[in-house]
Formats: sequence, C-alpha cells, structure tokens
Amino acid sequence: MKLTIDGRSIEAQEGQTVLDAARANGIYIPALCYHPRTGKAGRCRACVVEIEGVRGLKESCATPAREGMVVHTDTPRVMETRRTVVELLLADGHHNCLSCQASGDCELQRMAYMLGIERPGLLFDVPPEPLDESSEGIVREADKCIQCGRCVTACQNTVVNRVLAFGYRGHHARVIADDDKPLGESSCVLCGECVQVCPVGALTFTGPRKARIRPSETTATKVTCPYCGVGCQIDFHVKDNRYVYSEATETAWERQPNKGMLCVKGRFGLDFVDSPERLRSPLVRKDGKLVEASWDEALDLVASKLKTVQEAHGTDALGFFSSAKVTNEENYALQRLARVVFGTNNIDHCARL
Amino acid sequence: MAGLAATLGSGAMTNAMEEVLQAKVILVIGSNTTWNHPVFGSLLKRAVKDRGAKLIVCDPRRIDLIDFADVWLRHRNGTDVALLSGLQHIILREGWQNEEYLKERTEGYEAYRKAVDFFTPEKVEELTGVKAADLYAAAALYAKSGVGALYYCMGITQHSHGVDNVKACVNLQLILGNLGVVGGGVNPLRGQSNVQGACDMGGLPVFFTGYQPVSNAAAVEKFSKYWNAKLSDKAGLTLTQMIPECGAKIRALYVLGENPMVSDPNLHHVEESLRKLDFLVVQDIFLTETAQLADVVLPGVSFAEKLGTISNTERRVQLTQPALQPRGNVRQDYEIIADIAQRFGHEFPRTPEALWKEIRDLTPAYAGISYERIREVGLPWPCPNETHPGTPTLHVGKFSRGLALLSPLEYKPSAELPDAEYPLVLSTGRVLEHFHTGSMSRRAEILDRLVPSGHVELHPDDAAKHGVADGEKVAVRSRRGRIETTALVTDRVAPGSIFIPFHFAEAAANVLTNDALDPACKIPEYKVCAARLEKLA
Ligand code: SF4
Ligand code: SF4
Ligand code: SF4
Ligand code: FES
Repeated sequence: MKLTIDGRSIEAQEGQTVLDAARANGIYIPALCYHPRTGKAGRCRACVVEIEGVRGLKESCATPAREGMVVHTDTPRVMETRRTVVELLLADGHHNCLSCQASGDCELQRMAYMLGIERPGLLFDVPPEPLDESSEGIVREADKCIQCGRCVTACQNTVVNRVLAFGYRGHHARVIADDDKPLGESSCVLCGECVQVCPVGALTFTGPRKARIRPSETTATKVTCPYCGVGCQIDFHVKDNRYVYSEATETAWERQPNKGMLCVKGRFGLDFVDSPERLRSPLVRKDGKLVEASWDEALDLVASKLKTVQEAHGTDALGFFSSAKVTNEENYALQRLARVVFGTNNIDHCARL
Repeated sequence: MAGLAATLGSGAMTNAMEEVLQAKVILVIGSNTTWNHPVFGSLLKRAVKDRGAKLIVCDPRRIDLIDFADVWLRHRNGTDVALLSGLQHIILREGWQNEEYLKERTEGYEAYRKAVDFFTPEKVEELTGVKAADLYAAAALYAKSGVGALYYCMGITQHSHGVDNVKACVNLQLILGNLGVVGGGVNPLRGQSNVQGACDMGGLPVFFTGYQPVSNAAAVEKFSKYWNAKLSDKAGLTLTQMIPECGAKIRALYVLGENPMVSDPNLHHVEESLRKLDFLVVQDIFLTETAQLADVVLPGVSFAEKLGTISNTERRVQLTQPALQPRGNVRQDYEIIADIAQRFGHEFPRTPEALWKEIRDLTPAYAGISYERIREVGLPWPCPNETHPGTPTLHVGKFSRGLALLSPLEYKPSAELPDAEYPLVLSTGRVLEHFHTGSMSRRAEILDRLVPSGHVELHPDDAAKHGVADGEKVAVRSRRGRIETTALVTDRVAPGSIFIPFHFAEAAANVLTNDALDPACKIPEYKVCAARLEKLA
C-alpha cells in the first residue's frame, strides 16, 4: 500500500504502523514507550503525528498504516506536543546528561536535541533517590526513569522472567522488582533484556559504567555466544581492543535464534577474553616445568614427538580430541590432520560429556 | 546422537527452536531449560503464556520450568525409559495413537508393541514413583492436545542407557505422528556452542564430515581422492575409550580446546591416565587443568578473535566474526594445525574461507551455505545448493532412513544404585551462571562473583537426618572419591537425592561420578550414581 508522509510517497506493508513505515523510510519520529520487541504501549505520546481528515493528534506507534493516508510529522502542533512531553519528563527527574552513563545513547536526550531544548522550562522539586547498585550486573537510577514501561513488558512478556512490574499507584507509581526489593536481592536472573530496551539511563550495565566507557564510544561486531548451543547472536562491543559489553544483536533480530534476547552468560560472561590468565606464548615442559618457548621450538617438538610415537607404536597410538567450543573450520582441520597426516580415526570431542 | 541416527537416520534436533511457538503441547524431559538454555527457555515460556501451549515437565528436580507446567512428573533418577514407555502404554491402550502415520511412515511396530505391554501404569509407578493417575493425565494431555514437541538434554543422554532413553523419546513422537511436522519433533538441546558442528565436521571416530561413515568404501574413496591421501577405514576410539587406554593403546594425545580433567567422569582416573601418556599436547586459550599436565601447550585464540562458522543446536550454521585483535604470541587455531601438518609435508588451507570451501565440497548438507549468505542470519542444514533456503524442519514427508524405526525397549536400572553404604542418589549438571568446566565462565568477573564456588543441593529431610545446616561445609563420598563442598538445603531435589554442579575444579563433581558407559554411544553415566554425605567436624 502507498501513503504519504511529509509529502513523500511511501510504500508500506500490511500490519505496519505509521511509525514502522516512517522509520523504514528513514523519517524520524521519536518514540519513548514503543520498542519493536515490547510493542506499543501508548503511554508517552512522543510519537504523535497529524493525519489529514482525522481530528486531533494520533499516536503513530499505535496507528496502522492505511492506503492513501496523508501524514505530517513536523507540524507546529506535533512539535508543541513533543516539546511538552520532553519538558515534563526532564522536569520530573534528574537528567544530568553530563555524567550520565547513557549520554549519547539516550532516546530522551536525542529528542531534546532534535527539538533544540537546552534546559527545561520548569523544574519540579523532586528529591533525589539513591541508586540501586545491589545487582552484580545492573544499576538502577529511579531518578532517570520515565516510566515508559518497556522494561516491565520485556521482563514479563519477552523473556518471561516476571521480576519487574509497576508498583504503587498514581503519582507514586514506579517500576519495582518482585515486591519492591533491591534488584540484587530479587529473583532477577540478569538476562539484561530490560537494560537493552530502556530508552534512557535508568537501567545501565555495571561493567562499562565502572570502566567509564559510554555505549557511544564502542564499536560492535556480531559474534556467536561461546556458551550453550542456542547460538545467540551478540553485538560484542569493543573499545581499544578490549571487550566492554554485550547486546543481543539488533541486526535482523526477529530472524536470529535469540530474537533479541541473551542470558546471564552471554550478557555478563564474555570478559574472560581479556583475562590476564590468557596464554600469550607457547609453553614447553623443561625439567618438569612449563616454560615459554618460540613457536618453532614448540611445533618442532610436537612434530618430532608425534612422529616418534607413531613409529614406535603405530599410528593408532595417537589420539585427537576436537572441540565443541571451536569453529567448524577448525574442527574440520583437526580431523583432517588426524586422518590425512596420521591415518587414524581416533578423533572425538567432548559432546557426549 | 546414536539413538536418533539409528531410528530416524539423522542425529540432530529435528525442528527449529522457534517452532516451539507453534506446538500445542510440549514435553520437556531431562532438561533444566531455563538454566541451561535460558534463551530457548524464554521462547518456551512464551509458547505456554501467549500461545496457550500445554506443558508437561518430567524431572526428578523441582526445576523453575515447573511453575509453567500443567503436569509435573517427578520420576526417579534414571527411570526415563519406564516413564516414557508408560505414557505410550496408556496411549496405545486408549487408542490415541496416529494409526495412519504408523502405517505409512514407521516400521517395527510388532516387536515394539510387545515391549510396551510390560509398562503398565502399576509397573511404571513401582519403577518411577509416578502415580498411575498422574501418568494417565499426562498421557491424555500429550496425546490429545494436537501437535506435540519434545525437548531433552543431558538428563536423557548422560546415562548408561542413554541411547534407550532417546529411542523412547522417538517412539513416543512416532506413535503420535509428531515427527516431520512443524511444531513437533525430537529435539536434543545441545550443551555447547558447537557440539552440532563438531559432530558434523567429522570430529567423531566413525564418521567423516556430514556423517559419511569411515567404514563405507565409497566414502573412503571420495575423501581419499579429495585429500589425495591414504585413509584408514577402521573405526577409531571414542574419547571415553581413549582415556583408559592412555599409556596402553594410546601413547600421545592432541587436545584442542577441551578440558577432560574436569569434564570426564571419575576424575582421579583421568588424571592418572593422562600422566601415563608419552606425550600430551594441549591447544587452548587458558592453562586449564588439562593443559597443566601437558608437555607442550599451544596458545590459540578465543571465539572473539576468529572468523568462522558455528552450527547451533537447531543445525543453523552461523558466521562468527572477529571483534578483537589477538594479543601476545598466539596463533589462529587453524594456523597451528596447518603448521603441524606442514612439518609432515602436508599443505593445509590457511584461511577459514579455504577450509570452508573444502567443507562445502565434501559435505552435501553444507554445500549451499556460503559465508555471503549467512553474514546476517544463519541457515539450517541440509542446504544442498546456493538457492536452497535451508531446512528448519527435518523428516517432512520422508525420514532420512526411509521409514522410521520403532524400537522395542526394556527397563534397565542404572549401573549403580543406592545401597546401605551409599544411600543417596547423586546427579550432576550445571547452574545458570556457569558453563561446563568453568574455564571461561569462572574467569568472567560477574559470573564468578554471582556463584564463586560449588555446592551440593540437599533436601531439608536429608539435611535434618545428617544434622547439616544450609551453608555448612560437608563432604560427599562415592566409591570413586570424596569432595568437600557447601550444603545448599532446598526442596529442589527430592528426598534421598543430591545434585552437584560440575563446573568447579576444586570440588569437582566428577571425582565422584561413575564412568560406566552407554554401550552404544559411550556417554558416561553422569546423572546417577550412589553417594553418601558426611558432616565435617
Ligand atoms: S535482567 Fe532480565 S530478569 Fe532481571 S529484571 Fe531485567 S529483564 Fe527481568
Ligand atoms: S527503567 Fe527504563 S525502561 Fe523501565 S520504565 Fe523506566 S525508563 Fe522505561
Ligand atoms: S547467551 Fe545464553 S542462551 Fe544464548 S547462547 Fe549464550 S549461553 Fe546460550
Ligand atoms: S511511542 Fe507511541 S505513545 Fe509512546
């Protein structure tokens, strides 16, 4: 179907919302409560647009695209509404971007920037709230929560871990873990999904926070999780050739095996790659001790020893263990080594263990 | 693997993970899914919560998934064949089976039917401890809700009769016509990132790549020709056969990225064996417990520093790309292997791309999978050519072996059962926060802080009997060894049972476990052995 957004004629698919169609075509409409994984929530009104022939403003995240629709995303009325949304949110919390972990990766900050808001027109006198640093992996800053509800939906419906919920009523409404426990004492399993969908700095990862590295400073490469067989696709964030943090890949997330999710191991278990215990040189046993050696020395020794054993005891005196942790190419190379170079089928791996 | 290959002709998860959302009823046995495969666990919970799928969980431990289950069958450790056959007994007696499917797609019904007769609900109750009424309820739910998916993990395979367990799963799915349909299947959840790939690539003593048997003359000829080498057609030894032969038949061992010192059953024995070798070379990224015994240690690179493919539990071949530059005097693992081959006058491919080309040339199921096609999203094999979309669901219309085989099974008790001296049933497994031998996860700061040391799960009744409090140090002893660890008092385990995670080298559960092997697939019996608890003074 065809519709018009800001004077541009646009092709949209059945089932897409106005927001989806606009984004798919590179047209900016902010959205604070909507996220592709958690769906529409209709809470924030950041995404409102004008639709010709329709009275009032419409939430684009909840409005299905229709043939022939004419949509405006930048009218004065739309801008005024967006401005009010941002002003109220900024006034109602402690949005100190200067030292915020999410700065540069915050959807509220981006909105304010797009609207040219330098400082909120009004500030409510909200008492500061202490950080919740009880969890090993996640820091909660209630001061920065804009109550969009993404984390609650993610925890309840996406990963179905049922930890987060909205607690209390009216003006006191807030996101709570279990019956309002510190996150570290709650039933949270540290999947990190809530952090990944939070649009602001209210939920952040402890690792990059401690390292004082913001998400905007890292580059990401899609890798495969080295732990279980689900094969989660991970955006592996790196700065200065060191691992910083993991996100479930957003690249084609709906078609990946993990569909935008990770578990505690893929989320928080990858820093072993930078462990000081990583081997940095070949080792050879001398006088009963393993000592550093050159590659040539180590490889020559391996070759001569394997040859000696082969000559003395026959080729089936050699055994090879390949690995369920290395790639197909490497497994292939090792069995080729066993079979072709040594002529033995004594090759197996730990999968049965 | 062996059980699936023998009955269906292919040893892999039959259906894609996301198909769980299309199942009407789900049976999970021997898989603590939300701990061991948490992301799949989330999908499974969504199937129940959003799609209204019914869930049956069979597990001796009160695992978290039970909160989502319609029926929980708490059978005794090691009685899976009896439990699964009991379900089938009821289904066949009530006539709930899929007759047409049985006729058109299976063979071996007569012998199978006779074997199932033995497993009356009363008999099964006696063997498993599951009440006949509960068994009936589960059978009715599973047989009458529509397409059913079955998932299992090491709880099924790590038994001295693991192959029978798998066959029992296959039988159940066959009589209901749940194989070769979307949303069904027999689905082993693989415990490590590339178990599937390691098998597919011929990291097995009896197969070249793609399960082409080394005993098959045509296969040997094909591979000999391609590699231009003389090959052996004699089946090799499995890992669990090689270890006891160390110093005897096996004199030198090349270990790539594995840590049998912590992962193998009956650890004391493993260490003794490895010490008997003339020569041990270990290629790894850490000085693991096994590497510490080596004569030469070759430093490879981690997953984050390499290019290559990994095949996940649903046969999906995914590309993994280097995110970090290797540091130190280390080499790519394929380079190290090529360096050794070179010293014997063989030129091996020296890039992942070149190795991949050989794999595709030699392995029909992988032929159509180019790096280009899987740069964004992986493809499930079989994928025979570059226009083929890949195969998320196996056995649609026809099984790899033609007709599927129904297997007659009998109940075999576990190799070691509790007695007066060792009155507790010990099983081993994983915790959510750690992985396998811990060589990676225990070097991850947050995971290590979350669960820094091992423990033994102990039922409150047994704790009281032994006068042991939660958090107290205890010793656990079996016929093979003794470890000290911390008591975790919980009703997660049944009375009379204890559970120890095996990640912790300093209190390694596998000091205690039994190295009795399944006769067909040589998997050790991790899930059941007899043990006793001792209070420390
Ligand atoms: S980390 Fe996961 S389990 Fe914990 S609160 Fe967030 S979404 Fe829920
Ligand atoms: S914590 Fe983040 S995701 Fe959750 S409601 Fe607040 S702003 Fe939204
Ligand atoms: S993130 Fe968790 S579920 Fe995903 S592959 Fe890694 S270990 Fe498995
Ligand atoms: S994004 Fe549409 S109402 Fe919040």
